[in-house]
Amino acid sequence: MPDQLLYAMEVTLNGLMAGVLYALVALGFVLIFKASGIFNYAQGVMALFAALTLVGIQDGQVPFAHLINAIFGTDVHHFGWHVPAILAILLTVVVMVAFAWIVERYILRHLVNQPGIILFMATIGLAYFMEGFGDMMWGSDIKKLDVGLPQGINIAIDDTTFNWFGYGFFIDNLDISATIVAVILVVALTVFSQYSKQGRALRAVADDHQAALSVGISLRFIWVLVWSIAGFVALVAGIMWGSKSGVQFSLSLIALKALPVLMLGGFTSIPGAIVGGLIIGVGEKLFEFAIGPLVGGATENWFAYVLALLFLVFRPQGLFGEKIIERV
Amino acid sequence: MKMKLATVALGAAVAASPALADLTFTALSYRTGPYAANGIPFADGYADYFTLLNERDGGIGGEMIELIECETGYNTEKGVECYESTKGSGALVYQPLSTGITYQLIPKATADEIPVHSMGYGRTSAKNGEVFNYIFNYPANYWDGASVAIKYLLNENGGSLEGKKIALVYHNSAYGKEPIRTLEELSAKHGYELITLPVDHPGQEQKSQWLQIRRDKPDYTLMWGWGVMNQVAIQEAVNIRYPMENFIGIWWSGSENDVLPAGEGANGYKALTFHNVGSDYPVFDDIQQYVVDAGKAAGAGDQIGTALYNRGLYAAMLAAEAAKTAQEMHGTSTLTPQQMRDGMENLEITEAKMTDLGLPGFGPEFSVSCQNHGGDGYAAVAQWDAAAGEWSLITDYMQADLDVLSPLIEEDSAAFAAEAGIEPGCAM
Repeated sequence: MPDQLLYAMEVTLNGLMAGVLYALVALGFVLIFKASGIFNYAQGVMALFAALTLVGIQDGQVPFAHLINAIFGTDVHHFGWHVPAILAILLTVVVMVAFAWIVERYILRHLVNQPGIILFMATIGLAYFMEGFGDMMWGSDIKKLDVGLPQGINIAIDDTTFNWFGYGFFIDNLDISATIVAVILVVALTVFSQYSKQGRALRAVADDHQAALSVGISLRFIWVLVWSIAGFVALVAGIMWGSKSGVQFSLSLIALKALPVLMLGGFTSIPGAIVGGLIIGVGEKLFEFAIGPLVGGATENWFAYVLALLFLVFRPQGLFGEKIIERV
Repeated sequence: MKMKLATVALGAAVAASPALADLTFTALSYRTGPYAANGIPFADGYADYFTLLNERDGGIGGEMIELIECETGYNTEKGVECYESTKGSGALVYQPLSTGITYQLIPKATADEIPVHSMGYGRTSAKNGEVFNYIFNYPANYWDGASVAIKYLLNENGGSLEGKKIALVYHNSAYGKEPIRTLEELSAKHGYELITLPVDHPGQEQKSQWLQIRRDKPDYTLMWGWGVMNQVAIQEAVNIRYPMENFIGIWWSGSENDVLPAGEGANGYKALTFHNVGSDYPVFDDIQQYVVDAGKAAGAGDQIGTALYNRGLYAAMLAAEAAKTAQEMHGTSTLTPQQMRDGMENLEITEAKMTDLGLPGFGPEFSVSCQNHGGDGYAAVAQWDAAAGEWSLITDYMQADLDVLSPLIEEDSAAFAAEAGIEPGCAM
């Protein structure tokens, strides 16, 4: 088999894996937009905040240590314990649920029936608040995140492909973990929304707020629920991306990777987020592989948006998005 | 009663206004935002050194130091705002701490006759002091860094890089592209093949670049990265099992922040530096005694001895020494920015001077002149020991290949002079 074809196959596989990571971020956007029509600008910062909280809990870091020390003249930084990863994840989920409750109680509740742009702007404010709050709570140093996920080349795939083609493919173990987690997440979310009472209520609210209210569904409960789930998805995305780069404030910028995925897959479809992520991942990687060297490289960021725009021209609602028809 | 009130008001006004007799230094720092992890240690080191001089020596030449810190968030527009809002305070020198801000300040500071020190960043050709009268970039610049990296590799390979492949992974920005021209010139001279791999900002996804490195198998990889790009690149290098001892970053890719997230895998990674590492210097004992123990440290006191803290401290030391030189030259303890510029242009850093300052062997010896605002272009290579969690210098300071670099600097600065309508010449 020609070398270039082998390389293209390797790039395609890695593109699929990268697409899964993009989809993990996009999922959080979809969940909130689907249930409340809000484009949550704070989703990237939620991933950052969740990851910061996870590392902080795991390492036994004293929250607001810098502030406490400055006010009281103390020198406290750590509690001196190390929390196991699984317990730290559970505690972080609790924090994200509390965060969802606070968002509903102090922001969304006061903005019911406001235009979408107002809600969008509220999430911009929320994003900047959370960024500063996270900084004050956990500090701005770069933290190593280790929840036991394997990283580095997958030897089995490397050996197998080497035996088949004489060239071992590189697949990162972390990407494989992300794929497995994403599959579990999508299946769980689908089962939840199709077969649970709360899931059906969530879908009802997504379809028609007023009709859902008229049959006794609590809009406030649904919002807390959906922001909690989005917080959990943000935590998963934060773990995957944070394992690659360490937990740091640039983590909030991963939201930029989700936008073309949403444009392509649609803002209201969970499968759309996954398929959109895969198309963007493979598309940008193959373009960089084939065309990048001819145009100086670094094509991935802009090509993802070009690809999304191309899809938009033919399907403005995205691949799986709902077509909005307004009768006048 | 009215008289008393007027006296109190006058006293309050005098107390509130900047003490004009002080020597005022400014720090355009970034303690917030995506790059705060790097900005904080530098700002702490810069502030702590001046605090030490105030507390231990009573300032510089009998004048207390006032440090004005302005938060830029590593944002060019905010950096320019900081400059505009502080330049009236009698600031003697600006340390912009960002290549983008430096580029914006070059015409402004030159017009205002306030010196700028872009130490190891900014516009490389500012080394030509006859064109850039008020801009200084000693002791080394990006082109020096590229040249020293190649010189180190030449030493490692018995003086020849013929037939070798060297990859450059770089931030796809003006900063990241800085070394390309130099590396191309050196490639023609030494016969190695250069592979350039740009990474888009912010650099969280670099799979394509590292798959290409895995395929092309370059003998060495250089990196001009910043922020999250550094951590991801080092992790990806670990993932593809790239030999870390063959991976060399510029000094902005060589802090503890860059290697710690990759854990043990980062062991052996190398980075260039123009100052020494660690805290095993007498000056750190003084910082502990006069600054940290006295509760006057700029930060939490947990960054002392880190690569970027040391860089901030080194920058402050160079500023203080330039101020001393200016005081001696002009026979006055109070200084104007123009006099400070003269001090910077006549700065001479010797080993004896550094030893006196409690920093023996901390940086290379160098001197500055009207023609040369960039020092002598010396840098060394440091290597990361993951088990010990520390950097150590593994080479002496090596001088850049000035035969190659000088014509490039001449060419670039001449183009700037023509564009800006500057008649090259010394300011003094």
